[in-house]
Amino acid sequence: MILPLRLENVSFRDILKPLSLEIEAGPSTIILGANGAGKSVLMRIMHGLLAPSTGSVSWQGNDPGRSQAMVFQRPVMLRRSAYANVSYALKVAGVPAKERERLAAEALDEVGLRQIAHRPARVLSGGEQQRLALARAWALHPEVLFLDEPTANLDPGATREIETIIKAFDAAGTKIVMSTHNLGQARRLGDEVLYLHEGRIVERAPIERFFAQPGTPEARAFIKGELPWV
Amino acid sequence: MLDDPRLWQIVALSLAVSLSAVAIATLIGMPLGAAIAVGRFPGRQAVIVLLNALMGLLSVVVGLFIYLLLSRAGPLGELGLLFTPQAMVIAQTVLVLPIIAALARQSVEDAWREYEEQLRSLGVHGLHGALTVLWDIRFSLLTAVLAGLGRASAEVGAVMIVGGNIDGVTRVMTTTIALETSKGDLPLALGLGVVLIAIVLALNAAAHLVKEAAQRRFG
Repeated sequence: MILPLRLENVSFRDILKPLSLEIEAGPSTIILGANGAGKSVLMRIMHGLLAPSTGSVSWQGNDPGRSQAMVFQRPVMLRRSAYANVSYALKVAGVPAKERERLAAEALDEVGLRQIAHRPARVLSGGEQQRLALARAWALHPEVLFLDEPTANLDPGATREIETIIKAFDAAGTKIVMSTHNLGQARRLGDEVLYLHEGRIVERAPIERFFAQPGTPEARAFIKGELPWV
Repeated sequence: MLDDPRLWQIVALSLAVSLSAVAIATLIGMPLGAAIAVGRFPGRQAVIVLLNALMGLLSVVVGLFIYLLLSRAGPLGELGLLFTPQAMVIAQTVLVLPIIAALARQSVEDAWREYEEQLRSLGVHGLHGALTVLWDIRFSLLTAVLAGLGRASAEVGAVMIVGGNIDGVTRVMTTTIALETSKGDLPLALGLGVVLIAIVLALNAAAHLVKEAAQRRFG
């Protein structure tokens, strides 16, 4: 178990103001906020891709290693087959060759890409590539999965497929931490909301309460402003 | 002229020397360029400037430098390599290495911007990441190899100095062209020039086809 994740007085340049928070196992956490609010930076700090300017990030276990994975807005695939992309991730994670085959096949099955496992990953559609990115994460069976606006570039059909897979992660016991500015998606997938505004967490609330009675003027304005596009 | 066996011996030696040099320079230069692209170390900018500057190395200067190294009184004189095809391969490798390393460095650095977060997220670090990117963009790196091959097959100064242009031993196309021109045998020089250009063109066409096919296949 690597959760809870603790951030203490974490700031990043002038993008994130010093903030402290704890991410516990269980409820899916949605990070909401306008463009430039600091959602991506916050997730990258949690995942370990960025070092905070001040403060500390600590997991329950000392080395979170492969127990956490991240899926980006634009997945980056290697110029090899879909299957090879998944088994590459497993190899890097130190999984023995025999295991890799089974885990990769399972993961591709889970996201519905088994049939095209041997196609080059780079020629897949945007939605398929994002599903492949999820398969790559699935194969590692992470305890925490960070998703940075995973459907921002996708059409509604592909978005639905991605959301189904994210729900499967949740059902399998993986803690979801996802940023989005799609309020409909936040409601469909989230249990709690972290609302970021200009580098500060101005509100943290269960999802129903956040939408029914937002506690801050910023959150109210955001929900009102965003709703027409849901 | 084309049925002269000596001609084909010269062509074969030219190809053997230049292709060997490019192969060695590729094996060393690609990982070197990738490491510089991805690595963060003091003096990195200076190394990049130096590497780029070395692309314009004068072939006669490289020739002279290798000549001094390999000459009997030089530090590597005991190997007895001066005026052999091996010496020519060494000189051309030195000449081509900066070109391949510098171009690979630029390509890997550009690609690294796209790959870095994803690879670090997967737990790939340092040289491992550099090699993964290098392999992933291998088909675009063909251009760097071709630039190296163009340089090697066209240069005359280095092979002339360390090879000595010895008939039947170290005489290659460019040195023959230079020699025949100074002797006044312009038809032979011209003919060799045409053969040289045809070979370079054919190699480039083949590389281009491979690259195109690969890009269609792998995206």
